[in-house]
Amino acid sequence: MSDGIVAGADAPPPKKRRRRRHSQWTGLIYVLPALALVTVFFIVPLCMTVWMSLHKWPLMGLPRFIGLDNYERLLFDKSFWSSLWFTVQYTVVVTIALLGFAMALALIVQGQGRAVSAYRTIYFLPVVTGFASAALLWVWLSNVDTGLFSPLAQDLGLTEGRVNILANFTPAFWSVIVMVVWKMAGFFMVILMSGLQSIPADYQEAARIDGAKWLQRFRYITMPLIRKPFALALILCVSGSMLAFDQFYIILSGGPQNKTVTAVYKIFNESFVSFRLGYGAALSMVLLVILLVLSVLQLTLLSDRKDK
Amino acid sequence: MSTAVSSLARSAAAPATRRGRFRYHRLLFHVTATLVAALFLAPLVWVVLASFRTPAESTQPPLPPWPTEGFSISSYERLENFGQSVLHYSGNSLFVAVGTSALTILVAILAGYGFSRYRFPFKGFAFVLILSTMMIPFQSILTPLFLLLAKMGLQNTLIGLVFIYSTLQLPFSVFMMRNAFDAVPKEIEEAARMDGVRGVRMLVQVMGPLVLPGVVTVGLFAFLNAWNEFLAALVLLTDQSKFTLPVLMTAVRYGRYGSVDWGAVQAGVTLMMIPCMILFLILQRSYIRGLTAGAVK
Repeated sequence: MSDGIVAGADAPPPKKRRRRRHSQWTGLIYVLPALALVTVFFIVPLCMTVWMSLHKWPLMGLPRFIGLDNYERLLFDKSFWSSLWFTVQYTVVVTIALLGFAMALALIVQGQGRAVSAYRTIYFLPVVTGFASAALLWVWLSNVDTGLFSPLAQDLGLTEGRVNILANFTPAFWSVIVMVVWKMAGFFMVILMSGLQSIPADYQEAARIDGAKWLQRFRYITMPLIRKPFALALILCVSGSMLAFDQFYIILSGGPQNKTVTAVYKIFNESFVSFRLGYGAALSMVLLVILLVLSVLQLTLLSDRKDK
Repeated sequence: MSTAVSSLARSAAAPATRRGRFRYHRLLFHVTATLVAALFLAPLVWVVLASFRTPAESTQPPLPPWPTEGFSISSYERLENFGQSVLHYSGNSLFVAVGTSALTILVAILAGYGFSRYRFPFKGFAFVLILSTMMIPFQSILTPLFLLLAKMGLQNTLIGLVFIYSTLQLPFSVFMMRNAFDAVPKEIEEAARMDGVRGVRMLVQVMGPLVLPGVVTVGLFAFLNAWNEFLAALVLLTDQSKFTLPVLMTAVRYGRYGSVDWGAVQAGVTLMMIPCMILFLILQRSYIRGLTAGAVK
């Protein structure tokens, strides 16, 4: 399809005048397929989300315009706000855990050498597995009968007898956190590592000569100089975690006691389980705005500090 | 100056103990790093080993991690009997992943070339438009996508998924390809033009080999993301015969008669993970380049 478009661009133009106009637009023709995809599968649905959120939109039957009723309803929808609150809690915990862990890993793998590059590869390996595979793997390991964690906890004397760690909120929540850290730490490790490696070795050397301790060098040289990659990691981590779905759907199915329903999970339930598409769209709009505000906020906060 | 002197004095005073401490630190470093590596690898190795247990053993706790009653592929056979053959579902996943890579590469090469080499009206706007899709989560437009695909007759089709996944890959891919084309010196193009090379031939024969690393990176990311994507596939594929592996495996995970076949789950997880890991191990450099492109810039 796009081959045809490009071939058309090369056809010799009949007149000189046409030629100048033609060449002015040639670039646009190359970009057109990408613009078409973005328009059809992104811009249009985005506008539709706004439109749908103003309607009562069942799967069957005709949508009915109801203005801002959906938004009014979500203001008083306790289950939505609690899902959002849970998502925020999860995001805070997982971001601290992930970035802390990733930073430690980055310090391990920033050097050269065969062993170090082997560590790098191994730490990164879980990243390339999907969230679905990692979550399924975790379901098996957490399973009370044939899993690993239950007998392990028993052997370590943490519990008496078998215990289903997915049945109670706290152990279930932390089990997901551990899974996500295991799966994603390598990803943020690489981003932070690239920052560490871009710091000229002289800086650290100079500080060492001046008698700066490891922690001081980390605080006053390393951290300020990797602010940019760190900001990137932070933004990716926060926005990614705010959109968490796979792991909670697959491992916990929202349980125990519906306490682990994330925002995206709630939207999924409204739209594709209860088929309240309009209401789902309104919830999506709220999430979208929150994420936009968060990204802008993080970007400005982190870039401001850098300028000083 | 005084600091230089003092450091000289220090290193002269105690070279032996310093070297000794250095060695001790190195050992400690490698022991820690290896332990962490073992923790990272354990779940992966574990599930692969466990998938080769006999049916009786797959209902046992996972210690020790290796099959003790002999090597068996019965978990894979049971997975084969779930729904249509597992090869069929792997085929679906492969189709979506390869299709996404192909479409993403094609569209991103064209757009990257256009953005790098041409000036045209609305260029800045078009670039920002494509990049801005990164700021807005696709999860929030899933509901209308569902309706839109239905209108286009693409609902419940793998092609529909290919379009959506490719669109999601575009901001990263177009950015990557534009930078790749930017890195090619203009002189090479000019020389080729003097030789009479034009248009698509220029793109394929002259520029193609020069931007190949970028193409590989873009294709690899598209493949892995499409292979692993779950939510859109879960929502948009309603017909069981269309399921991709992650969607199929959640069905297996919930079990048909209330009881879960953990052996089949292990086999399925292995099947989903191994291609990704092999691809990554072969193309490590491309993957890391793609990841750090955003960070270092």
